[in-house]
Amino acid sequence: MNHPELAEQFNRDEARVDWHDETLWFVRQKRDKAAHSLPEWETLRETASQIKHNVLGNLADYLVQFEQNALANGVQVHWATNAAEHNQLVHQILLDNQVDRMVKSKSMLTEECHLNDYLAQQGIDVIDSDLGERIVQLAGEAPSHIVLPCIHWKKEEIGALFHQHLGTEAGCADPQILTGAARLHLRDTFLTRRLALTGVNFAIAETGEFVVCTNEGNADMGVHLADVHIASMGIEKIIPRREHLGVFLRLLTRSATGQPITTYSSHFRRPRPGQTMHLILVDNGRSVQLGRDDFRNSLKCIRCGACMNTCPVYRRSGGHSYQSAVAGPIGAILAPNLDMTKHADLPFASTLCGSCTNVCPVKIDIHQQLYKWRQVLTQEGQATTAKTVSMQAMNAVLSNRGLYSLAGRVGRQLMRWFPALVSNKLNPWYTHREMPEPPKESFGEWYAKHRKP
Amino acid sequence: MTVGLFIPCYVDQFYPQVAIATLELLEKLGQTVVFPTGQTCCGQPMANSGFEHLTHTLSNRFVEQFGGVDYIVSPSGSCALHLKEHLHVTHDQAKAGQVQQRVYELTEFLTDIVQVNTLSANFPHRVGLHQSCHGQRGLHIAQMSELVAPPFSKPVELLNMVTGLELISLDRPDECCGFGGTFCVLEEAVSAKMGKDRIADHLRHGAEFITGVDMSCLMHLEGVLRRQGSKTNVVHIAEILNS
Repeated sequence: MNHPELAEQFNRDEARVDWHDETLWFVRQKRDKAAHSLPEWETLRETASQIKHNVLGNLADYLVQFEQNALANGVQVHWATNAAEHNQLVHQILLDNQVDRMVKSKSMLTEECHLNDYLAQQGIDVIDSDLGERIVQLAGEAPSHIVLPCIHWKKEEIGALFHQHLGTEAGCADPQILTGAARLHLRDTFLTRRLALTGVNFAIAETGEFVVCTNEGNADMGVHLADVHIASMGIEKIIPRREHLGVFLRLLTRSATGQPITTYSSHFRRPRPGQTMHLILVDNGRSVQLGRDDFRNSLKCIRCGACMNTCPVYRRSGGHSYQSAVAGPIGAILAPNLDMTKHADLPFASTLCGSCTNVCPVKIDIHQQLYKWRQVLTQEGQATTAKTVSMQAMNAVLSNRGLYSLAGRVGRQLMRWFPALVSNKLNPWYTHREMPEPPKESFGEWYAKHRKP
Repeated sequence: MTVGLFIPCYVDQFYPQVAIATLELLEKLGQTVVFPTGQTCCGQPMANSGFEHLTHTLSNRFVEQFGGVDYIVSPSGSCALHLKEHLHVTHDQAKAGQVQQRVYELTEFLTDIVQVNTLSANFPHRVGLHQSCHGQRGLHIAQMSELVAPPFSKPVELLNMVTGLELISLDRPDECCGFGGTFCVLEEAVSAKMGKDRIADHLRHGAEFITGVDMSCLMHLEGVLRRQGSKTNVVHIAEILNS
């Protein structure tokens, strides 16, 4: 199924769509409040965008610098061309350490690489320690949002899920009690896992350190109790200097949830005595995207999710309708780079309203890229024959004034005589909307009568 | 100074009263207006669907029709934005570039070029303004709620000059209506839901009329209003300013 079909399914329960829309709109409002509390907000966005511009222009150099510094710090650095290589590297580290169970904090990169599925096939037990991710993991689902993975779940449903898996009381939907149950369950996980995997929010070239941002402290809990720490990062996560963090940390969570900063912004520089630290740098299509002039600055993304919260389409279709680890507007410009055929529907899942571009903390021109992806996808033969034929026909009519006037006159006349020709169930417009009432006279006809040419 | 009137194809065919109001309003304000009769469409329906490469003939036609006027004014933010961003011709792109710079959406033309400060219009109704995205976020005819920047609105400036008009406030002042060109049929479910939600906001605040600078958004909202049997109607801002 494609995005329109899944969105149609989502919309069959209108009350739920309203709830989903309101929930995310509330997050957008919190973001607005946080942004408006900083008079320098627009300058911060521009600064962040420029820093990332510099990074993308010199990525190879910064990566080498980062690797050298990380190695000097005693971190083991690995490079993965694609998702499969990344997953194999993680598996190899698990084998080398004779570990068959691990704890993982939030990492959209591992979702992108489908690491959990791969490791499950290898007989490795993975527990996601971010509460939202744990919820969707228990439910056998993928996250529907990059920052709020279970935003599509109501607390009563989470109560039922926890009753089934964690033994909470039936019918209990009290967030505090449910969170307490999850905490006990995860504490046991933290204490018994020898290997912890985290994502990376920012990797600093000048020091070789990396920063992981969480609200729950789950990344730290996992890592501090484990003998082995694996950090997986996309190669675009580099920033040149530590001082640049001040810009990004101020923007990230204000954009994401309206908080001034994440509860934990943890710096990892070198393994503690007795611990091993692995860092996997993953390309997985990023260098291809870097080579696409029109789309390269999509790699500026810091994964705040603000574009999803503001997107009127995302709010009314849900994250799963995008069928991509990263959903919403940013997902719609990243995913076609990975697979044009699979994700050909996504750049069209937008009205091009431009709100995403305005909230983006690194000023990615998201809606312009959606427009450009539409052109690329058509050129690459992804449009259906029916669409191509109808576009060619429409263009031919509009390119010829005589034909256009004739088609308009005949069309309006037919609509007046036989409204059922267009007001029927074959016309998708008519499902929820009346057709406009065709006037007797077009403006062109009126003008010819009332004004001298 | 000659103003060339560009009337979007669907306005020409379905909403001639909007084009007439635009023409009359400009003339009332002392403008010399011509309507190049060979015009058809800006090309946006094809381009937004991924078929921009087909639209060169339309772009050529546009430049040929409007190459000789001082200003090109259209009662549509969306078509004006498309022309400003994507008028790609097969020859003489420099000429097309000059034409692009002369394109104005109606309300920005009235506030920025004509510099209207009074109007004789009278519209004694409670009116909700739908901020069409392309005029607002594309042409910047009004400030956007996402940005930390001083508020302004060219359409509101003009509506405030209309006698008797009461402008209502909205819970979401600049959320998209969900029309989106071919999006309205390709993503029918979401499009219709977005339209319903926009209307609910206007109705909740007692709108008798919903106005805007783009008839395409209003056509979509009108379709939903009529399906609901609502007494609230849509009216293009040109019709109010010319009332």
